[in-house]
Amino acid sequence: MGMAVAAPDLEPVPPFSPSPPYRAWLRANILPYALISPSVLVIAGILAFPLGMLVWLSLQHYGLRELIHHAGDWVGLDNYRAILVDPLFHQVIVRSLLFTFACVALTVVLSTLIALLLLKVRSAVRILVMSSLVFVWATPVIVSVDIWQWMFDYEFGVINYLLTQLHLGNFIHHNWFDNPVQGLGVLVVVVVWGAIPFVTITVFAGLLQVPNEVIDAAKVDGASAWHTFWYVTAPLLKPIFLIVTCLSTIWDFGVFNQIYVMLNQRPSSDYFTIAIYSYRESFGVTQYGLGAAIAVLMVLVLVFVTFFYVRETVKVAEIA
Amino acid sequence: MIAPGTAQGIRSGRARAATEVNLQVHVRQRVTQVLYDAIGVGVAVVMLFPIYWMVATSFKPGRDILTLVPKWFPAPFTLQNFQDAIARPFFLDDVKNSLLVVGVMLALALAISFLAAVATARFGFKGRTAFLVMIIGVQMVPLNALIIPLYLMLDSVGQTDALPGVIAVYLAVVLPFMVWTLRGFVANIPAELEESAMIDGCTRVGAFLRITFPLVGPGLVATAIFGFIQAWNEYIVAYVLLSSPGNQTLTVWLASFTTNHGPEWGPLMAAATLTGLPVVAFFLILQRYLAGGLTAGAVKG
Repeated sequence: MGMAVAAPDLEPVPPFSPSPPYRAWLRANILPYALISPSVLVIAGILAFPLGMLVWLSLQHYGLRELIHHAGDWVGLDNYRAILVDPLFHQVIVRSLLFTFACVALTVVLSTLIALLLLKVRSAVRILVMSSLVFVWATPVIVSVDIWQWMFDYEFGVINYLLTQLHLGNFIHHNWFDNPVQGLGVLVVVVVWGAIPFVTITVFAGLLQVPNEVIDAAKVDGASAWHTFWYVTAPLLKPIFLIVTCLSTIWDFGVFNQIYVMLNQRPSSDYFTIAIYSYRESFGVTQYGLGAAIAVLMVLVLVFVTFFYVRETVKVAEIA
Repeated sequence: MIAPGTAQGIRSGRARAATEVNLQVHVRQRVTQVLYDAIGVGVAVVMLFPIYWMVATSFKPGRDILTLVPKWFPAPFTLQNFQDAIARPFFLDDVKNSLLVVGVMLALALAISFLAAVATARFGFKGRTAFLVMIIGVQMVPLNALIIPLYLMLDSVGQTDALPGVIAVYLAVVLPFMVWTLRGFVANIPAELEESAMIDGCTRVGAFLRITFPLVGPGLVATAIFGFIQAWNEYIVAYVLLSSPGNQTLTVWLASFTTNHGPEWGPLMAAATLTGLPVVAFFLILQRYLAGGLTAGAVKG
């Protein structure tokens, strides 16, 4: 860029123009818009318009009769009022938040530990761990849910056998999903197992960027391994921790597939997270207006998370 | 024995102590290294075991699957589970549907996203930044939240339980990511290459087709694989929009396997293996491009 600015002072070079001016004007003013128009149309029509329609729906009574007539009854904020006084919704919100917190915390901590371990192991072991992560990453979610369902089967599941053999208690014919706390624990395992590869590989890539001199300097100054990590490595990796935490929060708060398929597409209300609750209200009991209002609240929570992420990222960028 | 107090005694004593300390440090380092490696192997085993268990179960005969003490290896080996899974009603229909949906969607997505990638990488125009911000922003919208309006929209035009509706939704889901990634690939190819081809007598379109298009090939492949994986794995949209069993995609078939037929783990694990196989294969191909991209960045930076 600097070169281009300096060039006219040296010698006047005629501007390179392979086509007549009219076509150049056309190229600059029409062509780019023509090129992006299909993308804009698809995104506006199939993502932006439904998002607006979701908000519109949440302000209407929209049941089976309205579905047949393709027109809802305007009820203002009634759906939101109904939800906010619904004790089931309070449980759902608390459950979703706790589930998200457990999943995100475990994912980030375990992934960071594995990423740090990858720096220490010999290269053959590193390749082994990396390949295992890639295989897990590549496993489709529905496939992984089927696998874990089989491993946690109450009768012939390998997990019950292993836990009993390890003398951690008698798990023979133990049904994990009788007790929702245990069942949700199993679902945390499923979600975290699937989430570890992406976060580990991202954090590991970040760790490789930390200059060795900084770590060595800390060691020379007598910092312990923990202090080196907490006061030197972690602050340098803050942007990476921010993005993986933010993305994990978005994914885990909107969790649907794992819970829904794990419980054979009939989860009891003890297992409702916000996405499943919204689905149930709309497609289970055909209250599309109520379901839409719940979905709007879910999007609002995620917008808040994203906003927090963007603000923190901007802060980090300003400091750096 | 060397009498203590003599100069020689002190010296050799110090030397001995030093070698002992060296040896201790060395042994401790070795032990720590072995410990780290052991933990690493442990992590790999824990992560891989579920996948191993799926594959192992799919090759076991039924009597070896339902045992109270698990059989760790598929010792009598059988392909019966795969035959059962394929013979299951609607399996082949749903494989065909999945391939059709993903294939048509990818063809459209590649064409549309490539145009937008060229526009944003090669032209400066008013609204370019706004377009890019939109591309990043819409990726944050959770699909789970849009399923209600999408269903009602498609219902009002009679496109529920039909593949075009699903294709349209998947197109919109993968498009932002594909535009963003392809934009990076196109931007990495210097425009000067095109310009020099034009000086040598190529038309602008010719220069683009002969110079930029072949160079961006790996980018198109990588982006297509990302789109393939996302669409192939998608569940909730297909589940809500496609209601009749012959019209569904593979993930919906797989998820309803246990509900319809009770837990028949052998065929289920065989079907799961078959569903995961193309994704794993494509992922391994993608790894090469990812690694290539990383090294390219390293050389430049």
